[in-house]
Amino acid sequence: MLSRTADNLFWLARYVERAENTARILDAANRLAAMPIAYAGESNEWESAVAATGTLGLFKSLGKEATGESVVDFLAFSADNPSSIRSCLERARVNARTVRTALTTEMWEAINGAWLGLRDFNRLGDRVRLNAFLTYVKEASLRFDGSAYRTMLRNDAYFFSGLGSFIERADNTARILDVKYHLLLPEQESVGGGLDFFQWSSILRSVSANTAYHWVYRESVKPWLVADLLVLNEQLPRSLSACYGRICEFLDELSLAYGRQGPAQRVARSTRNRLQNATLEDVFQGGLHEFLTEFIGENSRLGQAITDQYLA
Amino acid sequence: MRLRIVHEIVYAFDPPANGAIQTLRLTPRGHDGQFVVNWRIEVDHDCRLSSARDPFGNIVQSFNTDGKLDGLAITALGEVETHDMAGMVRGQSERFPVAVYLRDTQLTESDQGIRSFAAEIDAASPPDRLSTLHALMDGLHDAMEPGETEDDRAIAAFAARKGDARALAHVFIAAARHLGIPSRYASGYLFKPGSEEPDHSEHGWAEAFIEGVGWIGFDAACNICPTDAYVRLAIGLDRVGAAPVRGAAYGDWSAVPKVTIRISEAGTVKQP
Amino acid sequence: MVVAFDEMGSSGDSCRPGYEVLKRWLESTPPDLLTTRRAEAELLFRRIGITFNVYGDEAGEERLIPFDIIPRILTKKEWSVLARGLEQRVKALNAFLADIYSKGEILRAGLVPDDLIYRNPYYRPEMAGLKLAHDIYVMIAGIDIVRVDPDTFYVLEDNARTPSGVSYMLENREVMMRLFPDLFAEQRIAPVENYPDALLATLKSVAPRSASSDPTVALLTPGPYNSAFYEHSFLADKLGIELVEGRDLLVRDNVVYMRTTEGPKRVDVLYRRLDDDFLDPLTFRPDSALGVPGLMSAYRAGNITLSNAVGTGVADDKAVYSYMPEIVRFYLGEEPLLQNVPTWRCREPDALKYVLDHLPEMVVKEVAGSGGYGMLIGPTADKKTIAEFAAKLAANPDDFIAQPTLALSTSPTFVDSGVAPRHVDLRPFVLTGGDKVRIVPGGLTRVALKAGSLVVNSSQGGGTKDTWVLDA
Repeated sequence: MLSRTADNLFWLARYVERAENTARILDAANRLAAMPIAYAGESNEWESAVAATGTLGLFKSLGKEATGESVVDFLAFSADNPSSIRSCLERARVNARTVRTALTTEMWEAINGAWLGLRDFNRLGDRVRLNAFLTYVKEASLRFDGSAYRTMLRNDAYFFSGLGSFIERADNTARILDVKYHLLLPEQESVGGGLDFFQWSSILRSVSANTAYHWVYRESVKPWLVADLLVLNEQLPRSLSACYGRICEFLDELSLAYGRQGPAQRVARSTRNRLQNATLEDVFQGGLHEFLTEFIGENSRLGQAITDQYLA
Repeated sequence: MRLRIVHEIVYAFDPPANGAIQTLRLTPRGHDGQFVVNWRIEVDHDCRLSSARDPFGNIVQSFNTDGKLDGLAITALGEVETHDMAGMVRGQSERFPVAVYLRDTQLTESDQGIRSFAAEIDAASPPDRLSTLHALMDGLHDAMEPGETEDDRAIAAFAARKGDARALAHVFIAAARHLGIPSRYASGYLFKPGSEEPDHSEHGWAEAFIEGVGWIGFDAACNICPTDAYVRLAIGLDRVGAAPVRGAAYGDWSAVPKVTIRISEAGTVKQP
Repeated sequence: MVVAFDEMGSSGDSCRPGYEVLKRWLESTPPDLLTTRRAEAELLFRRIGITFNVYGDEAGEERLIPFDIIPRILTKKEWSVLARGLEQRVKALNAFLADIYSKGEILRAGLVPDDLIYRNPYYRPEMAGLKLAHDIYVMIAGIDIVRVDPDTFYVLEDNARTPSGVSYMLENREVMMRLFPDLFAEQRIAPVENYPDALLATLKSVAPRSASSDPTVALLTPGPYNSAFYEHSFLADKLGIELVEGRDLLVRDNVVYMRTTEGPKRVDVLYRRLDDDFLDPLTFRPDSALGVPGLMSAYRAGNITLSNAVGTGVADDKAVYSYMPEIVRFYLGEEPLLQNVPTWRCREPDALKYVLDHLPEMVVKEVAGSGGYGMLIGPTADKKTIAEFAAKLAANPDDFIAQPTLALSTSPTFVDSGVAPRHVDLRPFVLTGGDKVRIVPGGLTRVALKAGSLVVNSSQGGGTKDTWVLDA
């Protein structure tokens, strides 16, 4: 397949995933911000939301103050922010349009429809509107994922688009955790209380893992268990470990299909091995923040390796 | 005159390019006024230089490099023995019917300004074509101020009444073609005795065709028909067609190379 | 103005051969059923065509060229005359191009003035002396045909660069077969759906000698922002070949490769829908980012076939067109089977005088341009327009040719007022391979939807029809 086609598929999937992740982060922030300070704490939820999308530098360079209004606009609609939901869906559609024939009709309709529907959400009057918008984005992404899963041939096109989704997803999970890492330090265990509870469950909410947590651990929300779930638990689809499981699968499929492997496979396997061998104690010993920073770096190196090996 | 020429073209790619491809019209051919004693092209990367003739008769070399590169240096060097033929170009096979040299190109299009200028000169000069062309060269040399121009289209240069040798050649060509005289662009080197500073671009002038006489060079910038101080590299319909180097680098399409040209006298050979 | 010849024979009970079934059907079908069918057709176009038609429009909505559900019909006999004429014409075009890019015998013979060729903007000096595989320049030609009476077809224009519209021919048929299966069952209508196969076979047959026995073909497009992108994408899909942009290709040691996820893959034949000017920034426009640097070197080295060849535009120039009868005779030693529209070359003083005297009756066209922008249609122009045009013409007579206003044939068309005759033309597609010439019966019929209008261009109120060639 043409490298450019593969590149378009890879980024198409990443943009769709990014749009959904941003919607989840906004959703969680919106919830926390709606709570009385006594419950939610004094941290600026809106600023952490921007930080979790990795665009805090850009946000600040635009001279903005992190308020509900400015952040919603920046993360959802701003043309200045290449990672805003609108920008992501727009770029996803541009990519989709260029590789139209590599997509199934269902996928094209999902992405084109999502883009067309954006027009109904030009401005947000109130929180109800925001919720409707975030639901819309999440559903669009589900529709895209679902149609890819149900209609695509399991060939290189599928693998490249899958790689895009999971690399983006891993990056996102790592960033959400990292923004809140100070709350998850084990020493603070004793603090407990309502305030932290809402912070933790907001993290779980932003990766849709609130219910999952209870199914897995069957106890109240404990910070290190949240980290365990999001980093090491293979069952949680958004955990780093699960993402790398899928990434390695897709890369294996590609190396089988093409009859050769390269740096991308090596980089991914080494990360996967480390995630599999790590224990929660190891992770906290070296510092969760350090661990996540390193992971984010490795994940982006993998993206580059895939680009060099296949997409350029 | 025996001239020694070293022509360096150096690219820097930042960020590194993912391979480069170049087309060179960087090898002079011999004719009655010019004998190429020796000539070679060096490239600082592994590559295969393939050689062909283009339809204008120019020697064209092309090559490509693979893999990442942050720079590329091409050097053409050699010695050429020249004789003053009063601008006449003889002893070189012509491949095209002269009618081709009446074509307009983007760089040599004429507008009303150039056309009236050409018509006035034509009306004021003796009826023979050679006199008209000399008058045109004189007239342009007087009318145009020498100097670098961003835009070397004939129309732009003439409107600004300013241009370097290459832009002047375009105006000359545009005017001559308007008068129905086939003309073309020649790229090459001009030796300026006593000048220590290297050149940073190749020289260029015009050639016009007169029935019964043949092709004659006119350098409006110097107001002279090429002498033994000129080495002719390639011909084309305009500067771009006769450009010594046309290249592209993957990932960095617009890199402009740094050019250094050094010309010196290699030793005098006595005329018989 | 003369009454146009109607291909069905609308007046009274008379019916021309080929239209019997259709006429009976039209007479027995109530208008609201036609309306329903038309709505269904539009729905189908949006459904099967939607994926393509969305491209051009940034608003993301499908833009459809109006489609008329009443087919245009040609009998087997009419078609076979046309087909032979088309084949002859394209043969002559190819011979002409091969000649002007090598010895130029027709110019030496004085049959075509040499400045018309050498100063033509579409003549490419870079092509001189370049030996092509099989000497074929125009593999894909779209020859615009108009008809004025039962026996006279004129060639209006030769499209020898990158003729478009074939996707409509294919989609129109697809829709008609779904809407009117009965009409297809009642008579034998020659299929067109083998066009992609014929095209692919043609392209493979002109592969360079250095190619493998199963040459790789790709379609080179300027990209999604090009107005014909949907057709590029449609054809690449139907042919099962890669749709590439310039940046997908690279040239190594004079061989063209496409960048794939498995490394560079050699390309042997490029069906290019990118204009000459943009093909190779190292040879043509240096500022083109759409092209492939080094492509022309590979072409000269004989390692890639470009279809159509570079520099074919000189053959569809309107002034060169006027010499086509001479061109056919010169190369083939035959009389032309298809007539040219009588054409005055304004570069010739006598012709210019005649044209200036008769402007209100004439159609005057610019020679180097295409698309009808620098055009005068005398009978519909007002005095002021004619006077202005006369001045333009007198100032640059070389740039124009003139033709009489033709009464183009009409075909029954379903318009707001019901079924009414409307003027049509026809663009058949002629494929010339190394092995043989292939012409899919029919082509694209364009129809001027406005009553009395002779302009069939889609940008100016034109629509399309399915074209049926009866195979019995």
